Amino acid sequence: MRYAFLDEEAKKEIRRSILKAIAIPGYIVSFASRELPVARGWGTGGLQLSLAIINEEDTLKVIDQGCDGSVNAVNIRNFISSVTNVKTTTKTQEASIIQTRHRVPEIDLQEGQTLVYQVPIPDILETVEPNLEKQKLLHANADYSKLWVLLYEDTSMFGDSRISSRYPVMVNDRYAMDPSPIPKYDTPKLGDCKALQLFGAGREKKIYAVPPYTKVEPLKFEDREFKVENFDGKACARCGSTNSFLDEVYDDNGDVSYYCNDTDYCDTRLELGESK
Amino acid sequence: MILDLKNVSKVFGKFCPNCLDHTGADYNSSICPTCNSVVGVNDVNLTLSQGEVLGIVGESGSGKSTLLQLIYQDQEASLGEIFVKDFISKDGKKKNILDANLNELSHLRNSLMSMIYQNPRLGLNYKFSAGGNIAQKVIMSGNKKYDEIRQRAMFFLEKTEIPTSRIDDYPDYFSGGQQQRIQISKALSSNPKILLLDEPTTGLDLSVQAKILDLIKELQHEIGFAMVVVSHDLGVIKHLTDITVVMKNGQIVEKGLTDQILEDPQHPYTQLLVSSIL
Amino acid sequence: MTRLEVKNLKKTFTVHTQGSVEVKGFEDINFKLKQGEFLSLFGPSGAGKSSILKTLYRTYNTTSGEINFYKDNGSIVNISNSTESEILNLRKNDLGYVSQFLQILPRISAVDVVATELIQKGESEEVAKEKAKEMLSFLNIKEELFNISPLTFSGGEQQRVNIAKGIIAPKSVLLLDEPTASLDMTNTNKVIDKLLEIKKQGVTMVGIFHDMDCMKRISDKIYDMKEKKYANNY
Repeated sequence: MRYAFLDEEAKKEIRRSILKAIAIPGYIVSFASRELPVARGWGTGGLQLSLAIINEEDTLKVIDQGCDGSVNAVNIRNFISSVTNVKTTTKTQEASIIQTRHRVPEIDLQEGQTLVYQVPIPDILETVEPNLEKQKLLHANADYSKLWVLLYEDTSMFGDSRISSRYPVMVNDRYAMDPSPIPKYDTPKLGDCKALQLFGAGREKKIYAVPPYTKVEPLKFEDREFKVENFDGKACARCGSTNSFLDEVYDDNGDVSYYCNDTDYCDTRLELGESK
Repeated sequence: MILDLKNVSKVFGKFCPNCLDHTGADYNSSICPTCNSVVGVNDVNLTLSQGEVLGIVGESGSGKSTLLQLIYQDQEASLGEIFVKDFISKDGKKKNILDANLNELSHLRNSLMSMIYQNPRLGLNYKFSAGGNIAQKVIMSGNKKYDEIRQRAMFFLEKTEIPTSRIDDYPDYFSGGQQQRIQISKALSSNPKILLLDEPTTGLDLSVQAKILDLIKELQHEIGFAMVVVSHDLGVIKHLTDITVVMKNGQIVEKGLTDQILEDPQHPYTQLLVSSIL
Repeated sequence: MTRLEVKNLKKTFTVHTQGSVEVKGFEDINFKLKQGEFLSLFGPSGAGKSSILKTLYRTYNTTSGEINFYKDNGSIVNISNSTESEILNLRKNDLGYVSQFLQILPRISAVDVVATELIQKGESEEVAKEKAKEMLSFLNIKEELFNISPLTFSGGEQQRVNIAKGIIAPKSVLLLDEPTASLDMTNTNKVIDKLLEIKKQGVTMVGIFHDMDCMKRISDKIYDMKEKKYANNY
């Protein structure tokens, strides 16, 4: 059995694509996406990235919508661990590779860590320009006017952008990037991050990256604020946190409670005795 | 010099050595007898100076619209050079805009020049509001402040007499003449040095046509951009232009001051055109 | 100083739509004008007087000959073979033309027709309009007509607006084609007075009059189209 499931040629190709992506932050690199025991659309992009970079010394964490315990996160974690025998963990601070779907961990990442995003659609221009050829030309020309006009139209009609997740960002003042469907709340975490961020779309066969300490800014007008989700007056019912992204949960009586979306963050707070 | 065309040609097809020499006004044909290519524009030389308005008149198939598209690079020229003021290479020499790379092309089409098409559908994006269309051009020329962008959009809508209360309406909800005026607003919002107009009022009602031509003339006087107007209508040419060029079968057959072309046409074809005014 | 010099000027029209027949305009025209002089062209109808003016303005192409314009800075422009850009430049400040018939857009008011000439020279809109109104009043255009398009005016009124337009901000050389043709005695005299005024300011003029008295009153020279030379005493 090959280490990490993929053959060495496949790993080589993916690693080369990753290097290219890191060299041009935000630029979309095509790669030959391999067949995996997981179906397309279920995280094969992120999976290939993790399998290409993982080695015996790594510690792996996998989350899906912030949770280590969701079915897909568990399956992926088990699969990777079965083909590599690496240590796995639910603690963000202990992991060297964190594969995530649709969220950035609440706890700040450190140098040496790698965050691997599972990406459904890799090109943010897809939201405003359906033609693939034109998308490429727009990227080449740094012509993101259509994204800006969308922002303008929303601002003039509603006062602010209507985009709630997958908010377009400008990487290194050059490329407009799709941050994957993370909530607007997480967008500010992409910029100047100490960890390496890799993005993989298996079905679309694309890889892109944001190296550590790179400038990543949400697309916004100079004279307008970037507003994120507001949890004022709400706290996690489990750990009492008032500054994390909260999930809204209704019980059978119709009563609503809020819980930290990032399970490890919640657990860590409880461990440290910071309850309400 | 603000615009300079040297030996500009456009051939649709193979383009053999006989194409340019065996077609044109004297041959009364644009089709090469050797290789059957269509010579749309045949070796055109033109210069335009600051503040001048040039008219290009000719009948269908004369190549006038194609020439405009070559300048704006909607179409690729087969031969020739085009120079625009302030478009220079790193060592300060004037650079052929047909050699522009993608980024430079973007700058040429969004900042230095603007084009107004006969059909507003070609110049406007119908998925954006009227204000959004203008905003697109303003944003592309570098402005990222919402309030300023919106002000500018209102400013230009006012200039073209579109009620500013309708700034958020979509182009489909305006009349043809109003859509054309929105197109004009959009084209002017990036402060171009050269405005290209391709049959800007053909197909519009006469009263609307008069208003739009008056508007274009006024804006040109006020802002001072150079203008190239293509029209088959000598009345439009007379109204707007200082210098006129007559095209036939892809070639320029006569060039002169507009009043001279209309009152003392020299070339037989020009005389034919002028005598055909209703 | 010499302002305008015409040498061996000839104009022939070739009408291609009628089998390339040649129609003679005029030939062998020679005259010279100093700054501030008024030259009248004199001759029967069809002699080519209007054509000469149009050729001087470059509305007509020169068939052969020279038209030398002496600019204030000492340079000489040959109108016959200058480029379009050079002529446009000349027409902006140095060469003006008052046509026989008023030629303007139907949508501009009388005041605006006249005021535009001043605004183009840099005058503010307010002042320009005031001066325009003064000029129109002087030429007996009624106040209620100021803001109306001249196309509804009588021939005489139109001609007066035309003249107002031509002389309110006069260029260094002015070409006048029958400027008093549709005017009565009073208004004719007013126009001649005004012309004399700007002549004193140094404006050089070439004009055509159908009225001998006017012509004699204002001209320093009279060019006889038949004899191809200056008339006696002029």
